[in-house]
Amino acid sequence: MKVLLSWLQEFTPVEGSPQGIADDLSDLGLAVAAAPAGIVVARVAGLRPHPDADRIQLVDVDAGDGELRQVCCGAFNMAVGDLVPFATVGTTMPSGLEIGRRRMRGQASEGMLCSAVELEMGPDAEGIMILPAGLELGDDLTAALGVAGDVLFDLEVNPNRPDALSVVGVARDLAARRGLPFELPEPQVETSGAPAGESSSVEILAPDLCGRFSVRVLCNATGARPPPLLARRLLALGMRPLNFVVDLSNYVMLEIGQPSHAFDADLVPGGALGVRRATEGEQVETLDGVVRTLNAGDGVIVDASDRAIGIAGVMGGASVEISAETQVVLLEAAWWNPPDIARTSRRLGLRSEASARFEAGVDPEIAPWALERFAELAAPGGVTLAPELVQAQGHLPPRPTVRVRTGRVNAILGTDLTPPEMRACLEPIGFGVSAAAGEPSPELRSYPGEVWDVTVPSWRPDSSTEIDVIEEVGRLWSYSRIARTVPSSPHSGGLTARQRSRRRAHDVLAGFGLMEAMPLPFLAPGDLGRCGLPADGITVTNPLVAEESVMRTSLRPGLLKAVAYNAARRQPGVALFEIGHVHAPGDGELPAESDHLAVALAGREAPAAAALWERLRRAMAFVPTEVRNEATAGMHPTRSASLIAGGETVGVLGEIDPAVSEAFDIAERVAWLECDLGRLLESHVGDSHYRQPSRFPSSDIDLAFVVDDAIPAAAVEAALREAAGDALVTLHLFDVFRDADRLGPGCRSVAWRLRLQAADRTLTDAEVGEIRAACIEAIATTGATLRD
Amino acid sequence: MTADSAAVLASEARALTAEAVSALEVASSVAELTAARPDLLGRGSPLTGLRRRLGALAPEDRPLAGRALSEALATVESRYDARLEELRAAERRRQLEAERLDLTELPEPPQVGRLHVITQTLQRLEDVFSAMGYTVAEGPEIETEWHNFGALNFPPGHPARDMYDTLYVDHGPPGSTLLRTHTSPVQVRVMVNQPPPLYVVAPGRCYRQDTADATHMPVFHQIEGLVVDDGITLGDLAGAIETFTTAYFGPGFTSRLRPSYFPFTEPSAEFDVQRPDGTWLELGGCGVVHPSVLEVCGVDPERWSGFAFGFGIDRLAMLRYGIGDLRDLWTNDVRFLEQF
Repeated sequence: MKVLLSWLQEFTPVEGSPQGIADDLSDLGLAVAAAPAGIVVARVAGLRPHPDADRIQLVDVDAGDGELRQVCCGAFNMAVGDLVPFATVGTTMPSGLEIGRRRMRGQASEGMLCSAVELEMGPDAEGIMILPAGLELGDDLTAALGVAGDVLFDLEVNPNRPDALSVVGVARDLAARRGLPFELPEPQVETSGAPAGESSSVEILAPDLCGRFSVRVLCNATGARPPPLLARRLLALGMRPLNFVVDLSNYVMLEIGQPSHAFDADLVPGGALGVRRATEGEQVETLDGVVRTLNAGDGVIVDASDRAIGIAGVMGGASVEISAETQVVLLEAAWWNPPDIARTSRRLGLRSEASARFEAGVDPEIAPWALERFAELAAPGGVTLAPELVQAQGHLPPRPTVRVRTGRVNAILGTDLTPPEMRACLEPIGFGVSAAAGEPSPELRSYPGEVWDVTVPSWRPDSSTEIDVIEEVGRLWSYSRIARTVPSSPHSGGLTARQRSRRRAHDVLAGFGLMEAMPLPFLAPGDLGRCGLPADGITVTNPLVAEESVMRTSLRPGLLKAVAYNAARRQPGVALFEIGHVHAPGDGELPAESDHLAVALAGREAPAAAALWERLRRAMAFVPTEVRNEATAGMHPTRSASLIAGGETVGVLGEIDPAVSEAFDIAERVAWLECDLGRLLESHVGDSHYRQPSRFPSSDIDLAFVVDDAIPAAAVEAALREAAGDALVTLHLFDVFRDADRLGPGCRSVAWRLRLQAADRTLTDAEVGEIRAACIEAIATTGATLRD
Repeated sequence: MTADSAAVLASEARALTAEAVSALEVASSVAELTAARPDLLGRGSPLTGLRRRLGALAPEDRPLAGRALSEALATVESRYDARLEELRAAERRRQLEAERLDLTELPEPPQVGRLHVITQTLQRLEDVFSAMGYTVAEGPEIETEWHNFGALNFPPGHPARDMYDTLYVDHGPPGSTLLRTHTSPVQVRVMVNQPPPLYVVAPGRCYRQDTADATHMPVFHQIEGLVVDDGITLGDLAGAIETFTTAYFGPGFTSRLRPSYFPFTEPSAEFDVQRPDGTWLELGGCGVVHPSVLEVCGVDPERWSGFAFGFGIDRLAMLRYGIGDLRDLWTNDVRFLEQF
């Protein structure tokens, strides 16, 4: 919502620095957006076709500084001599776009001509905004559009403040904050001619949709012109002047927040207007020339023959549109049920300044004022007003009286305000305060102080409970005047054990020299399939782009894309990890969601993943996990293993299937590890008990076995551990070699070093020998043989 | 054979000493020197052999000759030790010199692990709030419509839902399950599951139907705060925000609250942070927890009150490191990752 200082001053004598006013507005919850700088009034001095492009033309722009600038422009709606908004080089547009010197298809472009949308001055994206003649070239656009010396404030209005979608509403707040008088003058208008009731009637057939429907009849409308001040204010506030009736309607809407609609009385038989719900499939041609198909929830305005002649609260119909010839105008102002208008405008994609106000909720009592204000502004143009307001009423929302405990106000705000101080906040913005009648409700806590019955003004539909009123007191008192206190937590705070472990996993992996990547959690439909994984990701039903329509079941597609991205930029060999949520489809209230951990080592082969897993497992003290050689989906079939803990698969490691790598345009090998971190952390073993190192000497024995390739080293190792018993302190594999001539085909030699040590004595040679023999004997059962 | 005399013995000792000393000097390595030791000072050495002739001397000559022999042995011994020390030092010098390295030769660029800038920012925030006595809560990224909207005082069709461009997923009845649009549903989960007093922050990933550009992404990170306790006020909220501001941004940074609107808080506010240079940064939204939300979550609003706040993490990271384009956070280009 934009407001001009001069317009505010019509309702309250606000003075002072624009910054001071902006600060007050901001502190009232009406944030002031920064106005774009560097947009000036310029003249189109020449138009030329672009030599190499059909959809762009070259414009010579005169910004009044004696120099013509060439601008490339994609719009064709301007003529030589038109005044247009010109964003000079260096300007930052409201969208954040910075205007620079550019070349378009070889032609220089020094700045940009702007549409109303680009200036955030209106919804019109079609073509460049054409400014009224007579403005000074080179003047700042805002200043040029307003009155000389005027100030434009661009306010962000929250959905709970429909009253602030009007100049009057903003003036009321500002007056209250500054302790200034505020006055909404009654429109001064004379009536003439036959009473309106003789030439029009209204009927509400859908009282839940339309709370009130009011009509005034205006005569002698033909050829009337709006005053120039009005057109300039409309432009400054972002609306393009169109014609007398529409401009006045817009002006009144911006001023008081009540939209109105004009019908050509000659096109409405008997001046009879009705409101009802549309029938399913009913059609109406709207003002923009489009035939709209309605459904049963929408509201329509109908004539005496029950023909739809407009869509309630959204857009008028073409059949009754006013024209230059219109003599008599039926001017209508209504109160519509906000959710109905929201639904219809959203479904039809028709959002306007009017529908936005109906959605937020207009003041149900203000229509008569708005219609008279229109007539008052139209009177200098010769338009006359027929006596009588023609009006019908449906269901209006109740206006509850709110029980407010002044002690509760202080308890929520953290203030120490007296009842008169609170009253001084509420009354200037229309809230009425009186002592509560009747007994206090027993379930409500009682506080010291007064208990009030507070009436809420008709323009504040958002306010209906005690907490709403408390907020108003705080807002008008000013949040910045409330003393700051710091509540002290009775808890010690910090991370849970599981959160600390997850953080540790991050630190361990980074300590291993891996970089943490953050791929998008969305996948394209084919991504899981390309990874050789089941394509069963949960889909997003309303994605903006198909590439972001599937939720990941694995971290693999994201990290492989990251590997490919880097490889394509001559950055091979990246070592990346990610810890993030994955989602698996399921039957629960929500899909299964868990934290996965994945590592991609580009340029490395499967053993690197196995080694990394072993380091990670030890560093994190995960539960003992079996690494089981087996083909897994999407992995190199002979270089893949499952991680098994507690009988369940908790992960996979090995090397990405070369076919998968190829599908991702990765030429390197990629060693891969992915595990269900959530599951591993759940089964995390706590702090282990300290074991004092033995003070007695240790003995090492080396054993080399010929092991069939089908037998995993882990199986032999397990047998050795079992056989060596308690005396075994460490066991490590130190040598593997293959030699078909010496060892025979299909097997390899694997050698382990066992360190033996007792806690309470030195092991004798005989004891060491016994353990060695036991190991050799045990190994025979695995199918391996001692190598001599 | 002439009888020995002390003088003869002493003279022989002198000669042998001279011989031994020159032999010491000739040895050119520790090994050579130590190998020569038995010949010079051992039991079979000529000098030691002179001792055997002491018994044959006249008794009055023995002390004199004995002294001369002892002195000779001591001389050789000390010259031996000196020579050994000298040779050892020379060998150490030679060996160390041979091991000389250029420590500026680095064969491979080092592989340094990094945490993503978002993770670092998130951890920093968690640490600040932990120190303020808050615990860290988490919730699912795929959420029920009720947790994300319904329980937070957004009835169906409420215009405030339009403030969030929600992405829905195909789970359960249409419209029942969505990608959470904010971390606020964690508030609901915490209040439903734990009794007050509550001092909680909930960082996490959120989603919106947004086209990726320099300042928007369909996925982003937020942190949510929730306090529910006896007599919590708007002043407590302002104080907590101020404490956080100073703790996170540093001295010289202050905060302010401006009235705003969120369905699940009332009074609601935006909070801004003022930099030491006087400029303002709009950081997030906050407010006193709406009584309806407390009630829906099983907390008696007449007995307890609370506040909540939330803000984006991605922008904090961008501001701290001068990252201009939000999309850079998600490219995983190692030239980006290695900078943090």
